[in-house]
Amino acid sequence: MSEAALQVAPRPSVALRMRGWLSNPWRKPRFLAVLSWGFLVWAILPVVIAVVFSFNAGRSRSTWQGFSLRWYVTDPDLSVVNDPILHTAVGQSVKLAALTMLVGTPIGVAMALGLARWRGRAATGANFLMLLPLVTPEIVLASGLFLAFAHLYKSGETTFFGTPAQLLGHVTWSIPYVVVVMRGRLFGIGKEYEEAAMDLGAPPVAALFRVLLPMLAPAIFAAFMIVFALSIDDFITSQFLFSDEGTITIPMLIYGTGRTGENPSMNAVATVMLVLTLSALGLAALVMRAVARRRGGGAPTTQKLVRFEI
Amino acid sequence: MARRNRAEGGIEILYPRGFWQTLALPGVGWILLLFVIPFYAIVATAAGRLDPIFNTAIPEWNPLYWQPDGFVFVFERLVNAEGVFRLVFMRTLGYVLSAVALCIALGYPVAYYMSRLSGRARNIFLLLMILPFWVSYLMRIFAWVNLLQEDGLVNRVLSVSGFMEPQNWLEGRASTVVLGLVYGYVPFLILPLFAALERIDKNLIEAALDLGATPARTFLRVTLPLSKQGVLAGTAIIMLPMFGDFYTAGLLGTPKNAMIGSLINFYVTQAPVGAAQSQGSALVIVLAGIVSVLTIYYLFSTARATREATQR
Repeated sequence: MSEAALQVAPRPSVALRMRGWLSNPWRKPRFLAVLSWGFLVWAILPVVIAVVFSFNAGRSRSTWQGFSLRWYVTDPDLSVVNDPILHTAVGQSVKLAALTMLVGTPIGVAMALGLARWRGRAATGANFLMLLPLVTPEIVLASGLFLAFAHLYKSGETTFFGTPAQLLGHVTWSIPYVVVVMRGRLFGIGKEYEEAAMDLGAPPVAALFRVLLPMLAPAIFAAFMIVFALSIDDFITSQFLFSDEGTITIPMLIYGTGRTGENPSMNAVATVMLVLTLSALGLAALVMRAVARRRGGGAPTTQKLVRFEI
Repeated sequence: MARRNRAEGGIEILYPRGFWQTLALPGVGWILLLFVIPFYAIVATAAGRLDPIFNTAIPEWNPLYWQPDGFVFVFERLVNAEGVFRLVFMRTLGYVLSAVALCIALGYPVAYYMSRLSGRARNIFLLLMILPFWVSYLMRIFAWVNLLQEDGLVNRVLSVSGFMEPQNWLEGRASTVVLGLVYGYVPFLILPLFAALERIDKNLIEAALDLGATPARTFLRVTLPLSKQGVLAGTAIIMLPMFGDFYTAGLLGTPKNAMIGSLINFYVTQAPVGAAQSQGSALVIVLAGIVSVLTIYYLFSTARATREATQR
């Protein structure tokens, strides 16, 4: 190769090479790969940045000024621990989620068992009724609950807005989710174990409580966690049914002061919520996966944990 | 019924009579009391009357005495070109339709790529894809409030790179709200679409290619029609909550960007004086009507697709 040849062939510009690389039909689908992995970065990075800045030492939500726990504990007025508005919101969210979990999950589990075995026209109706909240926009249900609590469900002049109304609303939302999660597991188990128990002399109800329910325990645990996470993340129902500052939840606080907040304490509260949801759903996923693995095969459980509502 | 169960060897009948009904009862009762009756309360309030002394809306529980005033109020303002309702309604429609179109344009390629992955890369991609589902919607939108502030990271990156002047992203821009909606809802479209794309028989695609179709033609004539149900399912899933959304516009815009949800929130819960609550309820019914038309269309087309698939 002579020196002249080297000079004649100039290197193509970067843009041109990029285009050649992207439009080459014999390569792997790189354009799709770049777009898709780029999409994931776009979907996740903003939340990561919001979490990182909750540990900022300064007041800025965009300039990094060193690591500190100032917005969680150490700031005497503005941190999550010391600002009454912030820690009330955390307390209310956790309280509501725990109560919703304790009330909603047992009702949903019983309903799933009942609906799985109850035959006939009335059962079809009950099944349809159970699915309705899943296809209704939350704002419609929340408006209805608000009006019902304002005009119907009250005693004299006392209304139940605040924690009682919020709890009842959250439970209404969570029942269909519990039924859907439990039903998948119930069909997976089948009736053989109960039949075996009854053949061995167990009364039917004992077969249910001593054979079927223990086998369902992991799914029931997952349902508890999913309901907890649903309730922590809920915004519209809590917003429509709250009564005073004491019943403001974390998502309501984010909605109300997210735009005006001037320091990262809101990031810290949002991070607390994120950790609560992630650990609840993470635990649920781990338990379900362990069960699926031990039984060998089984349906992929991640899909069941995907929620199609906010 | 009972006889058929016995013939199938059903064990239900060994249980005490009414056992399963009793188990289902609390849940059914709960949904009747706290879903069906509240829904009736919306209708009753929308068709209710005004308390002459307190000047507040009172629900009318007896259908014989229903008044059309609330509906008339809403319809007049929807039909009238200068009404606020019409303005907000058209804005909501515009935001929702452009956000859905962008969600499909962005979500389809991603779902397609995901359905072609295998092994480890697939598991990692799926896990990362599910993460946004586990983060509260408001937290994810709030993350953008941080980024889009005047001194936020987006403006800082723009001014350092010299690509664009820093902007007031949050001062009532429609584009910011629509992008917020896309960011918030696109994961909910991708997963059902991925499920549909994954179910497509790879042999069909190979057959099309073997018979001489170009890759583009194979995509248009085979893959795209076979994934129609997935697109439809994903669209229905994101459209339903989007129509009632008011928090995305609330966090990323100004009152100039208010959507129907904001009107409902205000009329139903914050303006209890006068006929406002009744008018707000009528608005909820209009919204529920639009959404149920979408839901019914979706259910019918799914049923038809299932029927066609089983007949073939």
